[in-house]
Amino acid sequence: MKIKATEIVDTFAEAFKMVGSRIIITAETKEWAMAAAQSITGFATSVIGCKCEAGIESEIAAEDSPDLRPGVSVLIFAMDAESLGKRLVERIGQCVMTCPSTACYNGLENGSPVTVGGQLRYFGDGNQSSKVMGENKFWRIPVMDGEFLIDDSFNVQESVGGGNILILGKDQKATLKAARAATKAMRALPDIILPFPNGVVRSGSKVGSKYKTLIASTNHAYCPTLRGVVKKSELGDGINSVLEIVIDGLNPEAVEEAMRVGMNAAAKPGIKQISAGNYGGDLGQYHLKLHQILGAA
Amino acid sequence: MALKLKLHTQPDVPLEADCISPDRFQSLSNSEVSAQIVFHGNRQVPLGEFFDCSGEFDGEIVIDGDCNNIKHIGSVMSFGKITIEGNVGVHTGAVMSGGEILISGNANDWLGPEMLGGKITVKGDAGHMVGSGYRGSTVGMQGGEIIVHGNVKNETGHVMRRGLIVVGGNSGDFTGVNMLAGTIIVLGEMGIRTGAGMKRGTIISLHNAEMIPTFSHSCHYQPSFIRHYYKYLKTLGLNIDETFLNGTFERWCGDSIELNRGEILLYAGK
Repeated sequence: MKIKATEIVDTFAEAFKMVGSRIIITAETKEWAMAAAQSITGFATSVIGCKCEAGIESEIAAEDSPDLRPGVSVLIFAMDAESLGKRLVERIGQCVMTCPSTACYNGLENGSPVTVGGQLRYFGDGNQSSKVMGENKFWRIPVMDGEFLIDDSFNVQESVGGGNILILGKDQKATLKAARAATKAMRALPDIILPFPNGVVRSGSKVGSKYKTLIASTNHAYCPTLRGVVKKSELGDGINSVLEIVIDGLNPEAVEEAMRVGMNAAAKPGIKQISAGNYGGDLGQYHLKLHQILGAA
Repeated sequence: MALKLKLHTQPDVPLEADCISPDRFQSLSNSEVSAQIVFHGNRQVPLGEFFDCSGEFDGEIVIDGDCNNIKHIGSVMSFGKITIEGNVGVHTGAVMSGGEILISGNANDWLGPEMLGGKITVKGDAGHMVGSGYRGSTVGMQGGEIIVHGNVKNETGHVMRRGLIVVGGNSGDFTGVNMLAGTIIVLGEMGIRTGAGMKRGTIISLHNAEMIPTFSHSCHYQPSFIRHYYKYLKTLGLNIDETFLNGTFERWCGDSIELNRGEILLYAGK
């Protein structure tokens, strides 16, 4: 299968069951909301080293936000609900509550609740107070610029982590250009995030290492500098740069749609192949097949 | 189709009609509804002596007529809806725990006393003691919402512990007196001695008010939680100026003769 001159390899992305949450951060201005969003999504590229994966989903216009102020939607994923609950408390406490003028709300209608504001309230040292509006309970925590308002609990739901595409190009310049085009198109989609820097990862990994203490190491089959060294390189002639785009989403359909949009946007001159990362199919619960995704569209 | 009660005879003295409730009517035929006993003064009489009953109960009761002299409508109700097309008497929705009461006219005193849940909406005015506790009781309203589009009289939210009371017009004296917690929003002006003896809770007004000396001024700021109430009140059809959304509020804390954990937020303009 080809998109223009780019071959789509008949393979699949191996993705995993994760647990995800959407948080809505609002602030007096878009800049402050974005500052908190960038802070809370920092050091959250891979669950392997960061305990969670996070990214900015979208900006929210004031008229559409819970408190009629400019907002940003952030998605955070972890391996289970307990772990995600801890990450939410840590990250909202350190990155959102600390940011001037912000408030923080649950952004998922469905799912299981985990207590977040109900734990952060203790920062108020007994001066916190709650408000109940309909089904929602908020905590008002006094801070130095007024009050930090946060939902008592945030919903978490089963999600998908580790959807991906690999862009195999003739050189770094062409591959970077294709990856940027792909991430730009994918970021317009709802329910997904691209957790790596600018949405792109160059240090794709395989499971295990020759060093016993490492659980992951460089994906040597896709390293162009190792083509002449390793036994089984996945890189054909003329491929000198590979970039990966990892996608986490609230459901498999959203991840597949992002992969489809990404592949179409990345198929540019200089891109020889688009492939996907997997571990032979034994580890991940989701096998997202590239041809099937493109065929379904 | 709702069950309809049409008032055909005005009672000479207050009529105690706590039987008018979805909980009481849900399994009754219309003739059984008409046979329900009410107190007319100190006399027990059937409801049918004052109301014509028609329609079929589907969870809603529609009452047509000036019921200003009829007490305890919707008392202790837990589900369903009562629509009163006209005025209503005292103790409406007393101790109700669920469901909704919609009053197109005015409500008399003691609207929703010691209410536990549900919602009461009054399109006109309401009297004294809205959402309050009965005399001698330490706890008043414990949940639910009372929305009065017009004015209310004295002691609104007396010993209120939880829930929301919204007054579209003015409130009388002692708004939130001895309040334990919960939220009272008054879009108009409040009378004297607002929040006297309050322990916790929030009273919000869009006008200035005379504060009693046992309240202390904290600051003026823009509380973001008020924005949620603004959005909600707009959905109720209450007329709120948008400047309220971006305005600042003076925060007063008190009552220092009690816990000093209550707050009164007075709109201070842009």
